[in-house]
Amino acid sequence: MTQYLLYPGCSMEGSAKAYNLSLMEIIKPLGFQIEEIEDWNCCGATEYVGISLTPAYALISRNLALAARQARGNATVVAPCSACYLNLAKADYYMNERPTLGTNVNKALAAGGLHYDPGSLTIRHLLDVIINDIGLDYVKQQVVQPLKGLRVAPYLGCMVPRPDYDHRWSGYEYPTELDRLLKALGAEVIDFPLKTECCGGHMPQISTSTAFELIRRLLHDAELYQADLMVTVCPMCQMNLDAYQGETNRHFKTKFHIPILFFTQLMGLAFGIDAKKLGIGLELVSAKAALKKIGVEVPIDETQKPTKRGKKEGLPMPQMPGDEEVG
Amino acid sequence: MIAQPVNPNDPNPNLRFLEEVSAATAGVARLEMCIQCGTCGGSCPSAADMNHTPRMLFAMIRAGMREDALKSNTPWICVSCYHCVVRCPQDVHITDVMYTLKSMAIRAKLYQDSTGPDFSATFVDMVENYGRSFELGLASLHYLKHFPLRLPGMAPMALGLLSKKRMGMMPTRIKGIDQLKTILERAKELEAEK
Repeated sequence: MTQYLLYPGCSMEGSAKAYNLSLMEIIKPLGFQIEEIEDWNCCGATEYVGISLTPAYALISRNLALAARQARGNATVVAPCSACYLNLAKADYYMNERPTLGTNVNKALAAGGLHYDPGSLTIRHLLDVIINDIGLDYVKQQVVQPLKGLRVAPYLGCMVPRPDYDHRWSGYEYPTELDRLLKALGAEVIDFPLKTECCGGHMPQISTSTAFELIRRLLHDAELYQADLMVTVCPMCQMNLDAYQGETNRHFKTKFHIPILFFTQLMGLAFGIDAKKLGIGLELVSAKAALKKIGVEVPIDETQKPTKRGKKEGLPMPQMPGDEEVG
Repeated sequence: MIAQPVNPNDPNPNLRFLEEVSAATAGVARLEMCIQCGTCGGSCPSAADMNHTPRMLFAMIRAGMREDALKSNTPWICVSCYHCVVRCPQDVHITDVMYTLKSMAIRAKLYQDSTGPDFSATFVDMVENYGRSFELGLASLHYLKHFPLRLPGMAPMALGLLSKKRMGMMPTRIKGIDQLKTILERAKELEAEK
């Protein structure tokens, strides 16, 4: 039996908390045994590789070495984040393709008492494991609340379908696996033309005009197809499309309102799991109206409850005790 | 363009830059295989903001135009979407070549806009010290320095992320941070020896 080791990645504890919560909830109904890699470190995202090659690959490979040591026999490393998944897969692939890189990485790892033989682990994205190992038939059997009437844009982004070293997907540019998973949950899936286009990656931090245009395209397309919401498989895509949707709207004077949820959250809803446990409500672009269509109440965020002062418009201002009685 | 010193005994001195880029790239770059078809630029979602399309940049590298190539904003505008990589008829590792050019431009201090290099440097600094990325620290440092005018407009988003606890207030440090630091120090030595 294949053993699954989880590489969560840094975002799962922060901006993509909803992804983590929902993943932990659906593990049980899926009968999925998965164990976290102990003391894993950041994969370096797309930043370290742009600074220095050997340290960047040594950083990634420490995780592979830890995972290989923790594994008992054949093991598959599962990453829910597309960037983490690709970095881990790339290290495994390039250490083989360029033996000098492999040798240098292992020399560096040896300084920390570690070693990794490329090819000894299988690196896969969470979506791939759910679709290809657990299978859509099994997923379908767990559905108790079909997402009937919910129009969903299936959005994969870049790094899951490309470069796809192991040829796990039906295409680099228009794979249909996520569509089929969402259909198995009972959702109405739009034929989303931009499903593997870029969300902007780290561009909101580098070049805003580039980033906002990439975000705008995706939102515009989802709106044209009258999607109630968009589903992502990556923390960075979720962050860019959800958190920067407001800034994008201001930049283009548009009024897009497309909630962005993780595919695991929709799986959880279809499995009849409580919305709050799935991290629904943590999205900045509210999914309230969209989820009402399938009879799901978005939990009220305690911190967002209106207060007496909250009635006033404008930015919160510093205040002293007793201020509220004045005026 | 400033002419590079030329070794009179080298019959193809301009090819040395191409070799240098290829040698510094993860995997086998296959940069010399480029047939200048332009599929990369035509597939690129951010080409409109680039000084040179990838095709042009590769021609410059092959022509030994080191300084012009390292001054180009192209690698910094690349979004790592891998569309060009899967469409390239010659299997050039385009995205990885872009990473190489970034690291070479930083070392040669040739790229003028510091936004991209600073973001990478701040990110890497946090990872080297904690073993994990720290979104809040990274974002505040970076936006204060490079995008102060965006801050008022970003306030609702920042408040939303903080109130929904989607940003940790403190960085997490891994247990094996000393081990990681030792590994990275050794890796940097090896990188310098190349």
